[in-house]
Amino acid sequence: MTEAIAVSGLTKTYGRFHAVDGVDLHIAEGEIVAFLGPNGAGKTTTVEILEGFRPRTSGDVTVLGTDPASGGQSWRRRLGIVLQESEPIPELTAGETVDLYAGYFDTPRDRDEILSLVGLTDSINQRAGKLSGGQKRRLDLAIALVGDPDLIFLDEPTTGFDPSARRESWGMIEGLRELGRTVLLTTHYMDEAELLADRIVVIAGGRIVARGTAAELRAQSGLRPTLSWVPTEGAKMPGHLEVEMLDGRATVSTDDVVTDTNRLTGWALAEDLDLADLRVSQPTLEDVYLALTSAESAVNTERGAHG
Amino acid sequence: MSQAGQLLHQTKFDLLAFRRNPAAAFFTVIFPLIFLFLFTSIFGNEEVDGIRLATFYVPGILALAIVSATLVNLAINLAARREQGILKRVRATPLSPAVFVAAQGALAVVISYFMTFLVVVIGRLVFDVTVLGAGIPSLLITVLVGAIAFSAMGIGLTAIIPSESAAPAIVNAVVLPLYFISDVFIQGDKPDFLAFVANLFPIQHLSVALQESFDPTVDGTPWPIGHWLVIAAWGVVGAVAALRFFRWTPSR
Repeated sequence: MTEAIAVSGLTKTYGRFHAVDGVDLHIAEGEIVAFLGPNGAGKTTTVEILEGFRPRTSGDVTVLGTDPASGGQSWRRRLGIVLQESEPIPELTAGETVDLYAGYFDTPRDRDEILSLVGLTDSINQRAGKLSGGQKRRLDLAIALVGDPDLIFLDEPTTGFDPSARRESWGMIEGLRELGRTVLLTTHYMDEAELLADRIVVIAGGRIVARGTAAELRAQSGLRPTLSWVPTEGAKMPGHLEVEMLDGRATVSTDDVVTDTNRLTGWALAEDLDLADLRVSQPTLEDVYLALTSAESAVNTERGAHG
Repeated sequence: MSQAGQLLHQTKFDLLAFRRNPAAAFFTVIFPLIFLFLFTSIFGNEEVDGIRLATFYVPGILALAIVSATLVNLAINLAARREQGILKRVRATPLSPAVFVAAQGALAVVISYFMTFLVVVIGRLVFDVTVLGAGIPSLLITVLVGAIAFSAMGIGLTAIIPSESAAPAIVNAVVLPLYFISDVFIQGDKPDFLAFVANLFPIQHLSVALQESFDPTVDGTPWPIGHWLVIAAWGVVGAVAALRFFRWTPSR
């Protein structure tokens, strides 16, 4: 198996601050991997090291077989990068913007084909400065794809989007899978990661805290399904189940949903109690993400206090 | 594409973007012309010994036009593009950084020559400015030396501009006082102290080199080589600062 990205023991320090603290990351060719983490977790720093924008402190890094720190023009030719904070040149039209970037490559893809791929055919003669936020982002993807790259970095492609624009962008990113490209997608939306990626890698406090499919992350988080209801004032609680109050709801964590539901409702029937708004909930992906990242932040704070 | 082809490609699109940017077009193209009209209105355009007064305003206007087209334009524009992530975006492509920077300089040289042509032609046709055939070679060389050197200074200057909104303030703080002491707005004798300060900086030398090309008392073609050397030296300072401190990524 050929690896598009191979990282081991990557660190980046600023003075005494460890922004990236021993990251290992392996991405196979053709894989779509989501890289998740809260702000300040070392996510952007890691990606910028992979893109060749930032030098590293230590560790081994190869991207498409080349060390990014010494990657030249022929290496950059094989990368497509969509930056979170990038604006197109406002005075050029969408078509001209693609022409400009196409000129940087020896054998660029066809302009019209690229614009239709990202759904901007109708905006070809519109000034980039007048495009909507979602359209600008799609134009940015178009210029990342115009050189027909082998590896694409997508940095928070839907941050700040309204729900319909997000859905639109997702469709487009799905299209990259059909092209068979390797994609490293940075995001802090768990739903986006689950929908688009083959695999999720979570970073917090400069370290990888979890990796796997969404289902595997659920299991790793240690979060369990819950039964919950809204009890009336002073109502009795089932003595045979462990109940905690969370946000005004009586909540029971369970490893066996069927058995515990049966025990709870049996008890309620016997006591003639109403379990108002009774719900059986799986931990949401956001819960999983928060559990994975907050545990590591707590450990890190402690390390900082002692270090 | 070859490096030369890349340079042409990049310059073509930068020119297109420049032409469609109303603020850049106003400050670079219209502003110097407004000063030409203002000076002739305020100070008059009498004929003295067969020479119109406007002949003496033109070199200052040209100095203003060249510095605007190069240093001012590049520092403000590149700082904005850096903060908007456009420079980082370009850096992520196989385009050679040197070619990108050279294209910025090339566009500034083209605009400087265009402005020289415009100011001289309008000066000649509207204000009856004396244009000496013998002065044209030195004029063309001064514009070239000035445009390249002030472009390098502009690119070097972006390194100390922290944000897009700070750019115009910083650039104006640098050039405006110099315009006043460097024969751009006001010509004639100045206190020794101011003359000393003005001579340390390149705008004064650009103004004087341009004045020589229009000076009817000079016989033959003037060769203001000393002034060219001072301007070029400042250009080297700008280039070194750019090589050392230029950033492609936003400050955030």
